[in-house]
Amino acid sequence: MITTDICIIGAGPVGLFAVFEAGLLKMRCHLIDALPQVGGQLSEIYPQKPIYDIPGYPAINAQQLVDNLMEQIEPFHPTFTLGERVETLVRQADESFVITTNDGTSVHCQVVVIAGGLGCFEPRKPEILNLEQFEGKGVAYMVKNPEQLRDRRVVLAGGGDSALDWTVFLADVAKEVTLVHRSDSFRGAPDSAEKVFDLAKEGRINLVLQSNITSIHGNGHLQEVSITAKDKSVTNLAADNLIPLFGLTPKLGPIADWGLNIDKSAILVDTTDYSTNVERIYAIGDINTYPGKLKLILCGFHEAALMCQSAFRYVYPNQKLSFKYTTVNGIPTF
Amino acid sequence: MIQFTIEDRDGERQTLEIPEGINLSLMEVLKASDYNILATCGGMALCATCHVQVLEGFDALPPARDAELDMLDTLPDADPDSRLACQLRVDESLEGGIFKIRGEEQ
Ligand SMILES: Cc1cc2nc3c(=O)[nH]c(=O)nc-3n(C[C@H](O)[C@H](O)[C@H](O)COP(=O)(O)OP(=O)(O)OC[C@H]3O[C@@H](n4cnc5c(N)ncnc54)[C@H](O)[C@@H]3O)c2cc1C
Ligand code: FES
Repeated sequence: MITTDICIIGAGPVGLFAVFEAGLLKMRCHLIDALPQVGGQLSEIYPQKPIYDIPGYPAINAQQLVDNLMEQIEPFHPTFTLGERVETLVRQADESFVITTNDGTSVHCQVVVIAGGLGCFEPRKPEILNLEQFEGKGVAYMVKNPEQLRDRRVVLAGGGDSALDWTVFLADVAKEVTLVHRSDSFRGAPDSAEKVFDLAKEGRINLVLQSNITSIHGNGHLQEVSITAKDKSVTNLAADNLIPLFGLTPKLGPIADWGLNIDKSAILVDTTDYSTNVERIYAIGDINTYPGKLKLILCGFHEAALMCQSAFRYVYPNQKLSFKYTTVNGIPTF
Repeated sequence: MIQFTIEDRDGERQTLEIPEGINLSLMEVLKASDYNILATCGGMALCATCHVQVLEGFDALPPARDAELDMLDTLPDADPDSRLACQLRVDESLEGGIFKIRGEEQ
């Protein structure tokens, strides 16, 4: 079990900056994010866009801001669990919490900070009959370990960059690769699209265009996909693995069941310290709401600072907090 | 006035009348008219949550640019008559059109 002072759910810009504010008060943080990388919306949706409203930066590229935040919090040695979604929260007899993820990672902490932004980024699922029934039994929405696909019959669906890139990559790994796409052209990087068409010409992959996968079948494990063409004709194809790649979309997820006051997918907080209705749980950044709330990085940073001053009393119940500027103390490290 | 019809997720239709010359996207008009549409990225063709299907008037619309087509490709349920509402300006090209809201809900 991981033990920390503050467990931060969400490693977006606001969760990351909260580590810094907590570190100044000598509180340790562990961050959990469902995405395989830190940065939240900035890294997932708009890494190359410039942001113009971060004080001190007339313009900064979103990914650069994330990289800078990581450098800024480095002295506090935060720990991370990435690629796992927080599922449950259990209060202990001494009022602390144990948080558990979908992969079974447990974190014991004094304070929980929800910096979950728009929610968990989850794969967009196509409408395929029986799809959910075969999740983990041949159906996966990302390729975590390509070696597991060696010598297997793999069907990919989608027309974006990841569908194209994985098709090219798996052509050398899998026994058989089929890419199913609803249109007859690809909008992904022209270079990758060209490679896919070349591989198809060479007979190294199957390209099924103007078609959708409509149902899947198997006996406990995926065995066959049914593909419906534009002219409504149906073809069945033997398959061991199906990987629909249609990008990610945010969903509030399990946090909705934790007894927090929620209004339109956002957590209601007290603006004196961004605490929720549940003691020792705070919500900062895009996930919270209060009169006048603005979903801006800047506002999330401010919320993180106030939250930490309030959380201190749970982590150090016997100590008195006195506010000091970083220019007075410097950056204390652990 | 520009008139077009919106069909919501329950299949209910409503005709909207928008003055000519306002510089808004269809997504902004839908949000302003209290339709349940996420529009996570605020109209930058980065999230595809403002997906609409054009039931009538598709050919009158200006063609989609690359960014919009790229994003539509990430949608499992896009049809040949799908568009992103944030990429459609509210002007005479929308006149008489019927747009069905298809974007995901929270
Ligand atoms: C296109 C676009 C442009 C923008 N431009 C600007 C701008 O110029 N200036 C500005 O200030 N803001 C801008 N924003 C808004 C800004 O991105 C957000 O305000 C900011 O990302 C909020 O940060 P956050 O840390 O609260 O949440 P997020 O960035 O959303 O991060 C939350 C993280 O929590 C994770 N998470 C959620 N639930 C769970 C769970 N149960 N388990 C594990 N992990 C979980 C998610 O995977 C995610 O990584 C823009 C947004 C978009 C989409
Ligand atoms: S609002 Fe994001 S793509 Fe239209």
